[in-house]
Amino acid sequence: MERPVKLDCRGVWKIYGSDPKAFLARHGGAPTAEDLAAERMTGAVRDASVQICEGEIFVIMGLSGSGKSTLVRCLSRLIEPTAGEIQFEGRNLLSMNEAELIEVRRKKMGMVFQHFALLPHLTVLQNAAFPLEVQGVDKKTREDRARQMIEIVGLVGREDHFPRQLSGGQQQRVGIARSLVADPDLWFLDEPFSALDPLIRREMQDEFMRLQAMLHKTIVFITHDFDEAIRLADRIAVMKDGVIEQIATPEELVRNPATSYVEDFTQHIPRAKVVKLRSVMAQGVPEGPYAGELPGSLTVAEAVDQVEAAPHPFKVLDEDGVAVGTIDGRTVVDVMIGRRS
Amino acid sequence: MSEALSRLTRWASLFWLGLFAITWALSTWSFDLYKALDARWIIRFPKKFELPLDKWISDAMSWLVEDATFGLFTFRDVTRFISALIEAPYDIVRSLLIDGFAVGQGQQAVQVAPSLSWIAVIGIILALAYHARRRNLVLLVGICFVYLAMFGQWDSAMITLASVLIAVPIGVAGGLALGIFAYRVPLAERMMRPVLDLMQTVPVFAYLVPILFLFGFGPVSALVATVVYAMPPMVRVSTVALQSVPQELIEAGRMVGCTQRQMMWKVLIPTAKPSLMVGVNQVIMLTLNMVIIASMIGAGGLGYDVLTALRRLDIGGGVEAGLAIVVMAIALDRLSQAFAVRRFDAPLNPSLPFHKRRPLLTGILLLVAVTTVAGLFVPPVHLYPEDLTITTGSFWTAAIEWINVNFFNTLEFIKTQLLTFLLVPIKKFFGGIPWIWGILVIGLAAGRVGGWKLGLLAAGLTLFVAASGLWGKAMTTVYLCATSVLIASIIGIPLGIWAGQSARANSVIGAFIDTLQTLPSFVYLIPVVMLFRVGDFSAMIAVVLYALAPAVRYAAHGIRSIDAELIEAGKVFGCTERQILWRIKLPLAAPSLLLGLNQTIMLAISMLVITALVGTRDLGQEVYIALTKANTGQGIVAGLAVAFIAIIADRIVTALARSSRERLGLK
Ligand SMILES: Nc1ncnc2c1ncn2[C@@H]1O[C@H](COP(=O)(O)OP(=O)(O)OP(=O)(O)O)[C@@H](O)[C@H]1O
Ligand SMILES: [Mg+2]
Repeated sequence: MERPVKLDCRGVWKIYGSDPKAFLARHGGAPTAEDLAAERMTGAVRDASVQICEGEIFVIMGLSGSGKSTLVRCLSRLIEPTAGEIQFEGRNLLSMNEAELIEVRRKKMGMVFQHFALLPHLTVLQNAAFPLEVQGVDKKTREDRARQMIEIVGLVGREDHFPRQLSGGQQQRVGIARSLVADPDLWFLDEPFSALDPLIRREMQDEFMRLQAMLHKTIVFITHDFDEAIRLADRIAVMKDGVIEQIATPEELVRNPATSYVEDFTQHIPRAKVVKLRSVMAQGVPEGPYAGELPGSLTVAEAVDQVEAAPHPFKVLDEDGVAVGTIDGRTVVDVMIGRRS
Repeated sequence: MSEALSRLTRWASLFWLGLFAITWALSTWSFDLYKALDARWIIRFPKKFELPLDKWISDAMSWLVEDATFGLFTFRDVTRFISALIEAPYDIVRSLLIDGFAVGQGQQAVQVAPSLSWIAVIGIILALAYHARRRNLVLLVGICFVYLAMFGQWDSAMITLASVLIAVPIGVAGGLALGIFAYRVPLAERMMRPVLDLMQTVPVFAYLVPILFLFGFGPVSALVATVVYAMPPMVRVSTVALQSVPQELIEAGRMVGCTQRQMMWKVLIPTAKPSLMVGVNQVIMLTLNMVIIASMIGAGGLGYDVLTALRRLDIGGGVEAGLAIVVMAIALDRLSQAFAVRRFDAPLNPSLPFHKRRPLLTGILLLVAVTTVAGLFVPPVHLYPEDLTITTGSFWTAAIEWINVNFFNTLEFIKTQLLTFLLVPIKKFFGGIPWIWGILVIGLAAGRVGGWKLGLLAAGLTLFVAASGLWGKAMTTVYLCATSVLIASIIGIPLGIWAGQSARANSVIGAFIDTLQTLPSFVYLIPVVMLFRVGDFSAMIAVVLYALAPAVRYAAHGIRSIDAELIEAGKVFGCTERQILWRIKLPLAAPSLLLGLNQTIMLAISMLVITALVGTRDLGQEVYIALTKANTGQGIVAGLAVAFIAIIADRIVTALARSSRERLGLK
C-alpha cells in the first residue's frame, strides 16, 4: 500500500538553552547526549525524521517528557525547529512567511489539544465555528457548518452551552468539532484523550475510529498510552529523550523491537492484540474441511473466540480476498498464552 | 552541629541587639555630642553639601513650560492639546449629569437641553445592577443613590461621578494598551516595571504638584492626576492576565490561523477578561479615591465639600459629605465587582424585535425620554425637590459635640497616655538619630537581611534623603509610620488570626475590612479630626484605620492556608489549642504575616502623606506646602524621599519574607 507522503520531516532538532543554533553548529550539527548535558542544554527533539503518508494514522508515543509535544509542534510550526527540514505537500513549511503559514493552517491543518483549549467566553456552537469566524466566513454559513460538525461528534442539543457546563469528554468533542470544521487534510491530535477517565477514553477512541472511517484524514496522533497506540495506529513512532527509537507497525514493534528500550516497552503488551492472522498462519491452503474464511488483517485476539470454538481450521484471506493460508485453534492459543512453538 | 547553630543564632541576635544599642545611645546623646564637640553637622546635614535638586527640577519645569519647543509646536501646545482632549468629553458628561447642555458663553449661554433627571440616573444605575444579575445588588445600589438624592448630596455626587466616568475609561484603556505593549515586548515590560514600582510608591500629593504646574487649577488637572494615579495597577493586571492565558489556547488560536490582531481581540483578551475586570474594579476604586483628593487642585464635587468642611471645621457638613463618599464608594465597588464575576451571556436571538431582545435597554431609553420631557413641566421629576431633602448636618454636629462633652476626659486621657508613653518616646528615638549613623545602620540592616546589593541601595537612597536636607522631616515620617504600623499590627494580626480560625468571625471581620478598604483615604480624616482635633495623634489614628486591612487579610490568609495535615499531626501529638497556635500555625504563617506587614507599611506611608492636612510636620507636610506654593521641585524631591523610604521598607520586608519562606521550604 504505497501512499503519497503528506508531511516529510528530516533531521529535525529542537534544542532549548542559550543560543541553541550556535551550540548545534559547534558540535557539527549532531551533538551527543553528553554534549547536551555538559552545556546544560535540553534536547527536546533530536534528529527526528518521519514521513507521514496520506490517509494513515501515525501515532507518536513515548513517556512524559520524551519530546512528543515538541515534535508535533515543530511539524505544525507552532515552534521553530532549531534545525531540519519539513515539507508539507511538497512545500517547504519552514521557509513560509507568516501570511502563508496562516493560510496553510486555516485551510489544511487542524489540531486537538490535551486540555481541550476551548474559548471560555464562546458557546459550543461559537467555539466550533471559531476557525471559520477567523477566516471571515459569514455567520450563517459558518454556523451551519459548525452545526454539522456538532452533529457528527454527537453533541446536538448542547449548541448554546458554555464549555464550563460540559464534561471533559463533551468538551473534547467540541475540540474535535472545532478542529474539523475547516475540513483540514492534516489532523494533529496531542494526547486528546489523556485528560479523560479510562471508560470515557475508550468510548472516545471508538468514536475517533468511526470518524476516521468516515473522513479519511491524514492523522498525527500523540499518546503516552501504548494500548491506545496499538488500537489506533497504522504506524507508531516510539520516542525516548527526544530521539525516535523506531518507526513501525504495531505488529512489527512487538515482534521485532529495534532497541532494548522498545523491547522493554512492548514486553507487557499481549502479543495477540497486535499479531495479525497473516503473520502466524500456515502458508498454503491444502484440501480439507474448513470452518470458514477470515481476513488476514484481523488480530489474533479478534479472531480467537471464533477459531478456537470451531472444529476445523479457517482459511486466511489476503487483501484481495484470495485464500493464502490457514489457521487452527492451537496456533491462536499459542499466541494468546505466549507459548513459542 | 547544634552547638554551631546555637552559636550562629546567638551571633545573629547579638548583631541586632548591638545595632539597636548603638542607635539608641547615639540617638539619646547626639544633641549633647553636638554641644560638646560644637559639631553641628552631627545632627544636621551640612548646608553647603545639600543637593539643589529641587531648584534644578523647578528650573527644568519652568523651561519646559515657557521655552521648550519641538520645532512645529511647543510643550505648552502639547499640554493645551491634552487639556482639550480631556475637557471635551468631561464637559459632555458633566452637562449630561448636572449642568444641562447650553450654547454660548457665560451670561449669554442658552440652555438647549436639560441634564438627565435624577430618576433617570438612578434608573440607569439600577438597570446596570440588574444586568449584573444580582438581586441584592439592585437593592443596595438603589438605597445608595436614593440616599444621595434625599440627603442633598446629589449635585456634588454627580460632579464626582462625572470625573469618575471620564477617568475610568481613560485609565482602563491606557492601562490595557500599555499592558498589551508590555506583554508583546518583553524589553518594554522590563523597562516599565521599575517605573510602575515608583509610581505606586510616590505619594499622591507629589503627582499633584507638577500636574498643577503644567495644567493649572481645574478639573483637567484633577483628571490627569487621577488617571496617572489609577492607571499603573491596570498595566500590571493586564500584563499578568495576558501572560496567564494558557499556552494551549494560544496554540489553538495559532492553529486555526488567527492573525496577530485576531489573537489579541478574539483569544487573549476575552479569555483574560475575568482577571482584567479585577483590574477595572481597582481602577474605579483608585479613581474615586484620587478624584476626592484631587479636589485640592480643582476637581470639585464631594471631595471639595469635605475639604472645605475640614478647613472650616464644619463638623456636620464634613460628615455628610464624607458619608456620601462612603455610599458612593460602596455602590461603585459592589457594582464593578459584580461585573467582574458575571458569567458570559448566552447569545441573543437575532430574529426577535429590538425591544424583546433587549427589554432592559428599551425600558431605560423610555425612562430617560419620559423623565426628560416630564421634567420640563414638572420640576421635581428633573431635580429632587429641595424641601424634601433631609439635612443631617446639625444632627452630626450635635452628636459630635455630645461625644466631646461627655467623653472629653476619656478621649483626652487616651490621647495623652498614648502620646506620652508611645508616640513621644518613639519620636525622640527616631528624631535623635544622627544622619550619618542613620545611613550606616539602614545599610547594615538591609545588607544583613538581603545581601550587600540591597545594603548599598538602602544606604544610597537614605543618603539622598539626607542630602536633600529632609533628614528631620523624613525621621518624623518614619516615626509616624512605625508607630501606626505597630498599632495596626497589634490590632490587625490577632483579628486576622481569629478570622482565619473561625468562619463566623471571618464573615463579620471580612465584611468590616472590605468596607474599610473601599473607602477613599480622605474619609478617614473626618471623624478623627472631629474627635481628636489636629496633630500627630489624629494622623496616627487615621493611618491605623487605613492600613489595618492588609494586616488582617494576610494573617487570616496565612492561617487558613496551612496544610490541614500539619495541624492534625499536632493534635495527634497532644498539642493544646494554644500550642498549636504558637508552635505550628504562627511559625508557618510567618511569611504571610510579613507580606501583610509589607502592605501595611505601604498603605501607611501613602496615607501619612494625606494626613499632612491635619497638621503633621513630616515629609507629607513638605509636599503639601509645595502644592500650595506650586513649587514643583520641592514637591517632587519630598515625594521622592517618601517613595525611597517606601522602597527601602518594601525591599527589606520582602527579603525577610523570602528568607522565611525558604527556611520553611515553601516556594
Ligand atoms: N519551552 C521550553 N523550554 C525548555 N525546555 C522545554 C520547553 N518545552 C519543553 N521542554 C523540554 O523538552 C522536553 C520535551 O517536552 P515535551 O513537552 O515535548 O514532552 P512530552 O513528550 O510532550 O511530554 P508530556 O507527555 O508530559 O506532554 C522536556 O524535557 C521538557 O522539559
Ligand atoms: Mg505533551
